Amino acid sequence: MNAKKSQKIAFAVLLATTLVVVLPVLIIIIVIIKEGIPAINWQFLTTMPSNGMRSGGIFPAILGTIYLVLLSVIIALPVGVMAAIYLNEYAQDNLLTRIIKLSIVNLAGVPSVVYGLFGLGLFVIFLKFGVCLLSGALTLAIMELPVIITTSKEALSSVPLSFREVSLSLGVSKWQTIRYVVLPHALPGIMTGTILSIARIAGETAPILFTAAAFYIPRLPGSLLDQIMVLPYHLFIISTQIPNMPSKLTYGTALVLLMLVLTMNLTAIVIRTYFRKNKKW
Amino acid sequence: MRRLKKLRDYIIEKMIFISGIAAIIFVILIFFFLVKEGGSFFGEYNIKDFIFGHFWYPASDSPRFGILPLIAGSLVIVVGATILAVPLGIMAALYISEVAPKGLKDLLKAGVEMLAAIPSVVVGFVGMVTLVPVIKTVFGIPTGLTALSGCIMLAFMAMPTIVSISEDAINAVPWNYKEGALALGATKWQIMYRIILPAATPGIIASVMLGIGRVIGETMAVMMVTGNAAVIPSGFLESVRTMTATIAAEMGETVRGSSHYRSLFAIGAVLFVITFIINFIADTYLHKNKE
Repeated sequence: MNAKKSQKIAFAVLLATTLVVVLPVLIIIIVIIKEGIPAINWQFLTTMPSNGMRSGGIFPAILGTIYLVLLSVIIALPVGVMAAIYLNEYAQDNLLTRIIKLSIVNLAGVPSVVYGLFGLGLFVIFLKFGVCLLSGALTLAIMELPVIITTSKEALSSVPLSFREVSLSLGVSKWQTIRYVVLPHALPGIMTGTILSIARIAGETAPILFTAAAFYIPRLPGSLLDQIMVLPYHLFIISTQIPNMPSKLTYGTALVLLMLVLTMNLTAIVIRTYFRKNKKW
Repeated sequence: MRRLKKLRDYIIEKMIFISGIAAIIFVILIFFFLVKEGGSFFGEYNIKDFIFGHFWYPASDSPRFGILPLIAGSLVIVVGATILAVPLGIMAALYISEVAPKGLKDLLKAGVEMLAAIPSVVVGFVGMVTLVPVIKTVFGIPTGLTALSGCIMLAFMAMPTIVSISEDAINAVPWNYKEGALALGATKWQIMYRIILPAATPGIIASVMLGIGRVIGETMAVMMVTGNAAVIPSGFLESVRTMTATIAAEMGETVRGSSHYRSLFAIGAVLFVITFIINFIADTYLHKNKE
């Protein structure tokens, strides 16, 4: 067999495997949209569940997810960005920096359910916050830290060195240079990374199982120390624990969660492409 | 005024340093709390019986805490998912980075990114309603909630990691390697498997390790499709229960401070150590690739 022919066959096989990898994504999304759309209406999105989840809406779960995700990002963002500033602007190439980098890799690899155990041990029991919105948000904040640090660091390092040199040569202090020269240019990259980390966190279930999530609560969360309902846990409950659950509502819940996550991802991708195109250097 | 500004800069720079070492602090804290809650378990239960014990009966009157069935469950899932995901993932990475035309390339990359974004409960749910019934009918078994279902779903969940990191490694192969071979009259395909693939191997190994780490740590999807039977499996068509699923499923029923409760933290510590080692190896290979 000549080389040209074997190349043709090889490329065809590669294309086929790539489709095997990518097509299931489309199938998952199409199945959920098709089966879930009939459940979506104003009442489903804005009322409480009733009849043991088998009818009514998912409003408290939507609200709980939004609260949880916003609170966690408010906690994680300043720490994550400052850590990225440290690594990119201050850190020397020494043992400490290597240990920090290894810790970040490690933090990203810790299984989500182990984060749940950690949150239970530290926030729920040791700090006595109990199972609540705050404990869950803190647990998730630590979990999204590695993503925020890595993407923010990339954004900072893409700002040209000459920008810093000019500012420093004018007698501006190092922190002022970072604050007024480097950070503004790194902002789009930091935003992209943050939105991506939020999208990831919004779908997490295992870390909040023992730190924040409630099976059912007949009222909306009113304080940081309230237990909350959240979409991913709600989906888990209604698809595995409740007999005779109308499948329409299960698909509807999956659709709302999926759309929430995919919209955030899409936003991040749009921001990234827009700023890449309009980059001036 | 000037001194005030200096003081402010000083405080901010100290805060930046503390944030910088936050990652180290959290890794230590995680390990500390796993040991704090789970460590005392080994005071009353032999560590050898814990790891090599064949029976996980945490709630019976004379409880047994052998996690071998759970380790076996995780292992079956990891082996199966890796066998499925690694060849597919590497081939997809090759196609996306070396063969696909620009437009298709962006589309495929977006597809892989979307796959990574789908929450694990949603993957689990879709697996329950689509894959599980198919496996039940194809193999004619009483339930489709099997290790095989878990392997297939988790292979897809590991795919984005394997594809994107392998692709980075393939892209990082220097141009002059390819030019040299091209000048000698090699076809593109010959260059891909004789030159690019070997040169990208360290990065590809790293991608596989990180994919395996993802599979071991995955909790919700695996819990929803594998049937949760804590017995040592003898094949892929049996129900299994992984270490992660055990923690997630049982923690809610335990009494705080009981042996059962502490044994789950001990499992968490075992998981933490395993993923630590895997990530360490992956990181080493990633750095090798850069050199």
